[in-house]
Amino acid sequence: MAAKKLNIKDKYRLLTRDLDWDFSYEDRKDAFPYEEFEGLKITDWDKWEDPFRLTMDTYWKYQAEKEKKLYAIFDAFSQNDGHLNVSDPRYVNAIKLFLTGVSPLEYQAYQGFAHVGRQCGGVGARVACQMQALDELRHVQTQIHAMSHYNKFFDGLQEFSHQHDRVWYLSVPKSFFLDARSAGPFEFMVAIGFSFEYVLTNLLFVPFMSGAAHNGDMATVTFGFSAQSDEARHMTLGLEVIKFFLEQHEDNLPIVQKWIDKWFWRGTRLLSIVAMMMDYMLPNKVMSWKEAWEVYFEDAGGSLFKDLARYGIRMPKYSEVIEKEKEHVSHQAWWTFYTHGHATGFHTFIPSDEELDWLSEKYPDTFDKYYRPLWEMAKEKEAKGERFYTTGLPQLCQTCQIPMLFTEMDNPNQNSMRDTVYKGERYHFCSDGCCDIFEEEPEKYVQSWLPVHQIFQGNCGGPEMTDILSEYYKINVGADNMDMKGSPDEERWNKWKGTA
Amino acid sequence: MPVYALKPNYKGERMDRVENFGGNLIVYFGWDEHRMFCAAKAFPLPPSTPFAAVMENVLPEAFGQHPEFSQINWDTAEWLLNNEPFKPQMNATLESQGIDHKSLIRFKTPELKGYASAGV
Amino acid sequence: MSKVYIALQDNDESRYIVEAIEEVNEDCTIIHQPAMIRIEREHKLVVVREVVEEKMGRDWDIQEMHLNLITLGGNVDEDDDFFTLEWKQ
Ligand SMILES: [Fe+2]
Ligand SMILES: [Fe+2]
Ligand SMILES: [Zn+2]
Repeated sequence: MAAKKLNIKDKYRLLTRDLDWDFSYEDRKDAFPYEEFEGLKITDWDKWEDPFRLTMDTYWKYQAEKEKKLYAIFDAFSQNDGHLNVSDPRYVNAIKLFLTGVSPLEYQAYQGFAHVGRQCGGVGARVACQMQALDELRHVQTQIHAMSHYNKFFDGLQEFSHQHDRVWYLSVPKSFFLDARSAGPFEFMVAIGFSFEYVLTNLLFVPFMSGAAHNGDMATVTFGFSAQSDEARHMTLGLEVIKFFLEQHEDNLPIVQKWIDKWFWRGTRLLSIVAMMMDYMLPNKVMSWKEAWEVYFEDAGGSLFKDLARYGIRMPKYSEVIEKEKEHVSHQAWWTFYTHGHATGFHTFIPSDEELDWLSEKYPDTFDKYYRPLWEMAKEKEAKGERFYTTGLPQLCQTCQIPMLFTEMDNPNQNSMRDTVYKGERYHFCSDGCCDIFEEEPEKYVQSWLPVHQIFQGNCGGPEMTDILSEYYKINVGADNMDMKGSPDEERWNKWKGTA
Repeated sequence: MPVYALKPNYKGERMDRVENFGGNLIVYFGWDEHRMFCAAKAFPLPPSTPFAAVMENVLPEAFGQHPEFSQINWDTAEWLLNNEPFKPQMNATLESQGIDHKSLIRFKTPELKGYASAGV
Repeated sequence: MSKVYIALQDNDESRYIVEAIEEVNEDCTIIHQPAMIRIEREHKLVVVREVVEEKMGRDWDIQEMHLNLITLGGNVDEDDDFFTLEWKQ
């Protein structure tokens, strides 16, 4: 007799819910010790359902197929010297930043979901988290594989893992995930599963990856979209998590709203790096950061929050500030990296004249007024043989750990600075958003490992800057850092292209 | 609630206590509306540093790359110490004029509008 | 009104899925971007298995869509015969 094919709903029930068991001789609270301390009330885990109704057998089948496709493209890419097809060697600097700053977050996401998957009391959520953990592990692995090809030909990719733990600007993404992972399981789900996956990873993986395609980088667009095919499931998990929490108990609303407020703010700060990658590091442009923000945050996020309004959820706090900042952050971030280009593990550069004009066109209200003059000054200095590298070390925000580079939206010429005193010690913040987060949990954020302060405490070697860069950060000084102009990367590229 | 933790009375380790800086204070300096410098800058300084030494060594090191730096009229500069109006005493030490660990000192130069008068 | 959206990798299989979406969902907007196709529609969008199978000329499991999916916006509901994206408000 031929086996009857189960329909999706029955299969999901059998392979998920029915695998669970009750606790007869152990206390359920000992099995799930993290479930209560955050204050969320869960009364019935059975109400949880994955709308994709994906079961483990189907999961393996499709993931295997995705990997097969992906590795076929990686092989073709390296066999055909795919790196020679990128639009411009400057592009590869975006890849360096991706490998050092983003790929290790995939690994942290894996660690986080593996932990949370164990700690959720409901089996549906546990299985979904387990799949997501495996996805994230796949993401970090495929990204390393894809970018290993570039490592054979370009500087700055060889120490990504070491650097993620040490380099000043990489403490920003690293600490973002450590913050989420050291929270309880439900805050983690709202932080990463909902806030990060639902709205923010779209901005990273969709327009940026489309940009990679537009710049001839088939390896990156392929891993990007392959990872993103899992992301649709992650986004859905995130949205289901939120709805589930809110449906479980009315007391959950203020807690969930507080987490949404916090993590949207943390996320927008983190994405300043992606903003500058889009606007400054992709030589062939697809869309500006501002346009991407409008599509994925304002339109998509707007619809999402309208939908969630039926539970009493409102737009994240400081959304009105976020809306104004889309005109500014990419420029402020790239200027910061450009002026600290002696201390970065990738090359920085002045945008070309065409790029400056593109920026003027995309940012008619802000670029010519505030940001073009920075580049005019930089060009003047460069022409005199005085490429501008700023001296000293910047003040950092205690919460997001970004240099205090953001400005007041009612006076974009002035840096935005906030502070608060806790137990007799003063702490500084880039914004009200970051200050609020600290004040909610100061005992957490007094522990921030701020790279600038760590240097001054003598914990990073030195005291000479070049020793810190080369010995502690393992930046290959003179090759990995400094301007694109005159770099070994540029020289090799010109030789390959016969333009030397 | 100072933290949401699994166990009561959780205390975080304060990473930037003044004792960790080998006798120095961290002091931040920012030049208002001069965006050539992306952020205020941090310096480790002994609490006994006279403000005159800040004027002579620290500020030129921090901001001397700006073409307007040499034109600053320090008589009309407006100072803020931790958001309060402040008049630096040149011969007094940092400590004796209320500059403590992780203090932020900002100055405004009203007649200088930055490169291309654009706040740069 | 809110728009739901779905983005698919621009490849041979997606082409049929997009055709099937176009046929079933009146007034949807199709946007081509480098390496991807984005489809938007007010309120609701449905992928119907039968219609995709017709376009492809072979059996097609609705969960195969995971292979080509890039991103989506809206509440998901999936069954053997359809995949729906919808904003409730
Ligand atoms: Fe991922
Ligand atoms: Fe993910
Ligand atoms: Zn901040």
